[in-house]
Amino acid sequence: MQEGVAVKNIRINSSRTALRYGGMLVLLLAAALVAAALLGSEKLSFFDLSEEQRAILFDIRLPRILLGAAVGASLAVAGAGLQSLLRNPLAEPYLLGVSNGAALGTMLAFIFFEQFEFSRPVMAFGGASLATFAVYQMAKSRSGMNVERLVLSGVIVTTFLSSIIVLVTSLLDATKLRSFTFWLLGDLSQATLNGFYISLIVGIIGTIVMTSQAKALNLMMIGERDAGDFGVEVKKVRLLVFGAASAMVGTAVAASGSVGYVGLIVPHLIRLAFGSDNRLVVPFSAIAGAIFVVLADTVARVAISPRELPVGAITALIGAPLFIYLLRRN
Amino acid sequence: MLEVRDIFVSYGNRDVLRDISLTLEGGKMIALLGANGAGKTTLVRALNGILPVSKGEILIDGKPFHKFSRREIAQKVAVVAQENETKFPVTVLEFVLAGRFASGGAFGWESEKDFTASENALLSCDLASFSDRFMNELSGGERQRVVLARALATEANILLLDEPTANLDLAHQGSMFRLIRERCRTGKYSAIVITHDLNLAAEFADEIVLLKDGRICAKGAPSDVLTVGNLVEVFGVRVLLDANPASGKVRVTTVY
Repeated sequence: MQEGVAVKNIRINSSRTALRYGGMLVLLLAAALVAAALLGSEKLSFFDLSEEQRAILFDIRLPRILLGAAVGASLAVAGAGLQSLLRNPLAEPYLLGVSNGAALGTMLAFIFFEQFEFSRPVMAFGGASLATFAVYQMAKSRSGMNVERLVLSGVIVTTFLSSIIVLVTSLLDATKLRSFTFWLLGDLSQATLNGFYISLIVGIIGTIVMTSQAKALNLMMIGERDAGDFGVEVKKVRLLVFGAASAMVGTAVAASGSVGYVGLIVPHLIRLAFGSDNRLVVPFSAIAGAIFVVLADTVARVAISPRELPVGAITALIGAPLFIYLLRRN
Repeated sequence: MLEVRDIFVSYGNRDVLRDISLTLEGGKMIALLGANGAGKTTLVRALNGILPVSKGEILIDGKPFHKFSRREIAQKVAVVAQENETKFPVTVLEFVLAGRFASGGAFGWESEKDFTASENALLSCDLASFSDRFMNELSGGERQRVVLARALATEANILLLDEPTANLDLAHQGSMFRLIRERCRTGKYSAIVITHDLNLAAEFADEIVLLKDGRICAKGAPSDVLTVGNLVEVFGVRVLLDANPASGKVRVTTVY
C-alpha cells in the first residue's frame, strides 16, 4: 500500500464520544428526575416542605419516578437489543407480544400467589420468554426473517395473549378489574420501593449483558449469516439477548404494566443522533429511556390533574405515529 | 492450507454434497463452477464450518475443523457471501470494521491495528473515498466491493468468494479477479471463487472444480477441465472452444 494515500478519515474516538455524550445524557436524566419530583398535582419547591409534602415527595412521588426511570431504561435496552438481533428497526417488546406475555405471567402470579410479590417478576419473565420464543419461531423461515413476517407474528401473539388476558380479567371481580385495565395500559401509580429495587437490579444487569454483546450485535444487525462467517457465536448471542430482553421486559411489566413503544422510540432517536453502533446505542438507550418515561409519566400526572392518565397512553400517543412513519419509510 | 477429505453434507436425509475431496494450497486460486443448485454455495458454507458435514473431514493446516472455535476459523477463513441488505444506517467503515470481530476482540473498541487493516482493505478495493458513506446509499456493485473489503480486512489467509462479481461492471469484474489473484500470488493467501463466468475462471484460476448434482465431475487445470464434453455434461449447452487472443487461455463461446 502506498504511503500517504489516506482513506477519508472519520475515525471517531469512540470512548471519548461515549463519555462525553453519556455524561450529557446523565445530566439530562438528573434534571428530568428533579423536574418530575417537583411537578405534580401538588407543586413542591426545594425548600420549606411541610410534613405532608415530605410524605408526598418521599413516599409517593419518588418511588414512582425512580421506578419510571428503571422501567424506561429496561424497555429501551430490550428494544435496542431485539432490533439488532432480529435485524429489524421495528422490533419492540410491546409490538412483538413480549410485553403481553409478561403481563399474562404477572396476572397469573397475582391470582395464584398474591401474597408473594416476588412471584410476579419471575412469572412475568417466564411469560416474556415464552412469547419471545413463539414470535421468533413463527417469524423465521428458511430464507431468513423479513419485516412483514415478524410484525405479523407479533400481532398474532399479541392478540392471542390479549384474548387470554381478557378471559382472565373477566373472571376477576369489578374493583380489581378497573385497576387491572389501568395497569395493562402501562401505569406507574402503584409504584413501590420493592418494585423499584427489583427493576433497578434487573435493569442494570440486563444493560450490562446487552452492552457486552454490543459488538456481536453490530454484526448480527448486518446479517445473521455474515455474523457467523465472521466469528460470532450466533446461538450464544441470541440466547443472551433474548434472555436479557425477557428479564428486563418481565420485571418492567410486573412493576408497571405494558408501557408501549418505549423500545421503539428511544433506540430510534439514539441511532438518529449517534449512528448505529450498538456499543453506544445500548447504554445510551438505557439513559434516554429513563428520561423518556420519567417525562412521559410527569405529563401523565399533570395533564388532567388532579386526575391521572396511565403513562402507557402518553408513550403510545407518541409511538404509534412514529411506528407508521418508520414502516412507510422501510 | 485447506484440505477436504471425502465430505458429505446433507439437509435432512438428502445428501446435497457427496464425496467431495479437494486441496487448496497456499498461493492457489480455485474456481468452483457448476449449474444452479449444483451445491456450490453449500460447499462454501461447509468450508468455513457453518454447515456441518455428515461424513468426512475438513482440515486447516493439518488440524481438523472440530478442534477450532468459531472465532478461530473466522481468523483463518474469510467469506464473501452473496449480498444481503441491512435496514440500519451502517457506514462503509463500520461495515468493514465488522470483519475485525474475530481477530480484534469480541468486546471493547477497535484498536489502531483494526483501523489500519480496514483502511488497507478499503484502499485495495478502490473504496478510499467511501468510508463515511452509508451502505444503503451505494450501488449494488459498490456494496459488493465493500463486502470484499470486509473479507480482506480480516487478514484471513483463505478467502471463500460466492459470486463476487455478480453485480460488477466489466472493469470491476476484471479488477476484482486480478486483486484476488495478486493476493494469492504472494503465496500467503489462497482462494476458492464461485463464478458463472467460465472465461474469468479460465483466465485467472489455477485450478477449476466442476460440480454436478453435489459431486465433483472434473477438476484440474482450466484447459483440462473446460472441455466440450464436460461443459455439455454440466450445463447442457453447446459450446465452442478456442484461445483468447490476448492471453492464450481457453475461451468458451456458447452456441445459442
